[in-house]
Amino acid sequence: MAIKGYIRERFFPHIWCPGCGHGIVLNSLLRAIDKLGMSKNEIVVVSGIGCSSRISGYVDFHTLHTLHGRALAFATGVKMSLPELNVIVPMGDGDALAIGGNHFIHSARRNIDMTAIVMNNRIYGMTGGQYSPLSGYGTLATTAPYTNIDNAFDTVELATAAGASFVARSTTYHVQQLTKILKQAILHEGFSVVEVLSQCPTYFGRKNRKGTAADMMEYYKNNTTPVGSTAKKENPDLIERGVFVEKEMPEYCKEYDKIIERAMKESS
Amino acid sequence: MKNKNIKFVQGNEACVEGALYAGLDFFAGYPITPSTEIAELLSYRLPQKGGKFIQMEDEIASMGAIIGASLTGSKVMTATSGPGFSLMQEALGYAIMAEIPCVIVNIQRGGPSTGIPTHVSQGDVYQARWGTHGDHAIVTITASNHQDVFQTTVDAFNISETYRTPVILLYDEVVGHTRERLVLPEQGELPLVERLRTSVREGVNYHPYLPREDGRLPMSDFGGVHRYNVTGLFHDMWGFPSDNPEVVHDLIRHLVDKIRNNVNRIARFKEYYLKDAKCILISYGSSARSARHVVEYLRPRGEKLGLLELQTLWPFPHDIVDEKCINAKHIVVVEMNMGQILREVKRAVERPERVFIANRIDGVFITPKDIRDILRVIQGKGV
Repeated sequence: MAIKGYIRERFFPHIWCPGCGHGIVLNSLLRAIDKLGMSKNEIVVVSGIGCSSRISGYVDFHTLHTLHGRALAFATGVKMSLPELNVIVPMGDGDALAIGGNHFIHSARRNIDMTAIVMNNRIYGMTGGQYSPLSGYGTLATTAPYTNIDNAFDTVELATAAGASFVARSTTYHVQQLTKILKQAILHEGFSVVEVLSQCPTYFGRKNRKGTAADMMEYYKNNTTPVGSTAKKENPDLIERGVFVEKEMPEYCKEYDKIIERAMKESS
Repeated sequence: MKNKNIKFVQGNEACVEGALYAGLDFFAGYPITPSTEIAELLSYRLPQKGGKFIQMEDEIASMGAIIGASLTGSKVMTATSGPGFSLMQEALGYAIMAEIPCVIVNIQRGGPSTGIPTHVSQGDVYQARWGTHGDHAIVTITASNHQDVFQTTVDAFNISETYRTPVILLYDEVVGHTRERLVLPEQGELPLVERLRTSVREGVNYHPYLPREDGRLPMSDFGGVHRYNVTGLFHDMWGFPSDNPEVVHDLIRHLVDKIRNNVNRIARFKEYYLKDAKCILISYGSSARSARHVVEYLRPRGEKLGLLELQTLWPFPHDIVDEKCINAKHIVVVEMNMGQILREVKRAVERPERVFIANRIDGVFITPKDIRDILRVIQGKGV
């Protein structure tokens, strides 16, 4: 199907600024879904609040635009109630890891089958450029005029420690890799986390003198390296991208099916 | 003869029985006193009928999960108490805005804050009404005994599905933890409302948020043939965000009017000896038990006393209360807070100077003697 077939044209133009990376993530996501040949009726996209979360409105699936930080909680209800649905949860970094941090680690711990996409632009864009839990020490933001003294999470390490059974990272520069990873993540049975470094030239870029959107994407090109590469050993500052965790673990809804089976047997 | 339909249960268990009778499919919750038995019992009972139970990481997540599950077509519920109810308020507003059927049980304990977790209070009446931000309407129902807990729980699901609205069941610790008799009705004995689903066929435009002439919105389950957007933002008939003043105005009117226009249909109450009553007690929840005891005790002693027991607290049945109280010399609101329903009654009746309160706010259940002592003062019979 043409990519246009997955989009609600009625709701365009989108709200994203020129140069925003989120459109690239949307593009990659739709190409991944297209390659998987999934029916639009079996996909539910659940999002929270923020620039990234507007993705849900633009795509022609069942879409649930929820509360700031709570997308994974709503998604858990959707998935558990009707496990045959494919649930995809695009979130921003503040949405997923500040206000929604608790839901993030508990969803990972349960290993409930859904795909969490953390679109990491290191800033709260929709409210105008405040520091997020991924901005990092020394960055500038409208709420860190003297520089940020908050340390950043490493999304991959956090998701891994919390028990996610699929963890990956890519960037908006590496669209082919991103599409491939998203495909893998959607196919993976369990809680999948895909962090995508996505540029915000309007706020993070401007505040931190990162140049244009193209400059920021070039930064992703020059400062990332495939997982386990020798380049990382030589330059520890490089950010690794690729699949970090992919393991088979009991999936939550499948486990609950066993509970139902047991409860029904015992009560009959 | 042994009747297997008769049980000796806690109020919380009566609520569970009512929810299962009404067709509960999905429950998400978080442990909190004094509501926890509801979660415990449902974790055991729901999977026996193929339903789902999940203990979430907090009450915010619990509300989120039941809303998500409701959209797939499930009948859903959560249960909590004071602090947990506070945490649910944002998502409760979401359910109002996106018109998601769901039932929220609050077994009230004393607040504010952590308060007095194991003792009774009725202090959340206003929170149920105005806890979430913004203009809105809400349905809140309570009961004083286990048969009525069962019945009002079934009602809550029916109202929730009929009006596509969250319904709050505002019981209290005494009702929740008292054990008494419950007679389970046979299946089919009480009417059950199933969700109104759209008849729009695949390939034909379905407008999820275009109300019919009667104000009702037929739903389409997630996973079905109609793909649409659900949001907590003001939205148009497609469910897509809109800040068009006309859209915003029409939606808020619709959300409020669908409840306000049905106040009398939603109103549930019981009355005892009101016809010739010179003094009317108005009460609800467990305090109505003591109020009723006072009425039954003083009637044979010549006092023209009556009781109006409210079950629907919101939307407040102003007209009904006004009409029932028209001939009363004194109206005494019996409740365990500092006058939350008192204020509504004063707003409802003519000559509000007739309205008094008999209350306790110390975590101790209000007794018939407490009420009688206050009545003597109100009636000028001395302390």
